[in-house]
Amino acid sequence: MTGRRLRFGAIVLSFAASWALGQTSTVDEIAKYRAALQEGNPAELWEARGEALWKQARGPKNVSLERCDLGLGPGIVKGAYAQLPRYFPDADRVQDLETRLVWCVVSLQGFSEVDARKGPFGGPDRKSDLEALVAWITSESRGVKMNVPQSHPKEREAYAVGEKIFYFRGGTHDFACATCHGEDAKRIRLQDLPNLTTPQGAQKAYTTWPAYRVSQGELRTFQWRLNDCFRQQRFPELVFTSDASIALTTFLARNANGAAFDAPSIKR
Amino acid sequence: MNSILARALLAALALPAFVVGCATAPSDAELTAKADATLKASFREQGQAKLDRLDQDDTQRTCSAYAGKPLPKEVAQRIEQANLAAIRWPADGRYIGDWKTGEKIAQEGRGMQYSDDPKGPVGANCYACHRLAPQELSYGTIGPSLYQFGKLRGNTEDTRKYAYGKIWNADAYNACTNMPRFGHRGILTEAQVKDLVALLVDPESPVNK
Repeated sequence: MTGRRLRFGAIVLSFAASWALGQTSTVDEIAKYRAALQEGNPAELWEARGEALWKQARGPKNVSLERCDLGLGPGIVKGAYAQLPRYFPDADRVQDLETRLVWCVVSLQGFSEVDARKGPFGGPDRKSDLEALVAWITSESRGVKMNVPQSHPKEREAYAVGEKIFYFRGGTHDFACATCHGEDAKRIRLQDLPNLTTPQGAQKAYTTWPAYRVSQGELRTFQWRLNDCFRQQRFPELVFTSDASIALTTFLARNANGAAFDAPSIKR
Repeated sequence: MNSILARALLAALALPAFVVGCATAPSDAELTAKADATLKASFREQGQAKLDRLDQDDTQRTCSAYAGKPLPKEVAQRIEQANLAAIRWPADGRYIGDWKTGEKIAQEGRGMQYSDDPKGPVGANCYACHRLAPQELSYGTIGPSLYQFGKLRGNTEDTRKYAYGKIWNADAYNACTNMPRFGHRGILTEAQVKDLVALLVDPESPVNK
């Protein structure tokens, strides 16, 4: 781990030194920096902790999550994330992975709703169990083609509502998701922006979350990604596993159908 | 007109029951209403960002409805006229401030996020979307390049007034633009808008070098 940290440090330093060379070489250096990051991904630490948490008997009922149904049947983790969000008859609603995990932690392990939702996002002084579980479960879909279903009316409604939310302008700045993510080949400062209204753009973006964020030293889930987008949009705070977050995730995940899932990844 | 409207409303109200019965796809208006209700139930106030930020004004509502579709000419004109009429022009008739302060405002990305200090600073973060001074390499491309704005358009009264109006309320000139309405929505003060106009048109500004 120390060796890895040192290597990151060296990469960041060489990146900073090359910054002054100018626009084109800066973009090249960013590409090199991103490529170098792929060599060792600390997300593996979250994945390992998540796998252990999944198998560990916990909660008032002292059982593991190994009977949790992520959509492909109780206990089947392989490929499950590539078909989420989806409609679950037992909950009678569309659920994304985080929402389903909360459901299983409550219904199988006997935790309270409040406890199950505690600490969805980790920080320097607090680890998030949900993040670790998400890291492991998503890693079990690596290489699997995205195949988000639209067979149930509630799945179709979630997609359509998510699309409306994507184009919803509000807040002090009139920003919608589409303001930054509705056109090809745009960027904010030097950050390239995926066009999430095209299959290519949605596939490239959606299949690379969750991600280990080097700048934050944290593994970040898709729920976190949406939460932080709305913060920058100058909206109030998106509630964890809220209906809007699930609808928007359905819209984006479905648009990514056909592409091989490739996360947890590593980003700047 | 009123009775037509009333009948249309009645028809719209009767529709949901029909839709449930037939399990056909919901109408566009129903989806919009559902999305609005879903949003209202999915956010909580945090810091300076209260829930009223989800209350759309007419421009936001109309632009959301036409997103991804061509905007009809008469709708665009209505939006532009309403926003133009709402511009508060400077009482002293001067549109230009200090370009050096303008450059700081153009660089400042903080302001109005719930994670930002409500006491400020509040910037415009122009570089997020526009190229301005050539020394700044870290600029975005959502908006057009503004490099040499004043040099190309001339530092005239008309150019200054246009730049002031555009920064104050961009929808007055280009309905449903991606650009925020910095003065109209209370993001920037009149003095800050004048400083940005100076950054754009002042011959001494690096933008025009």
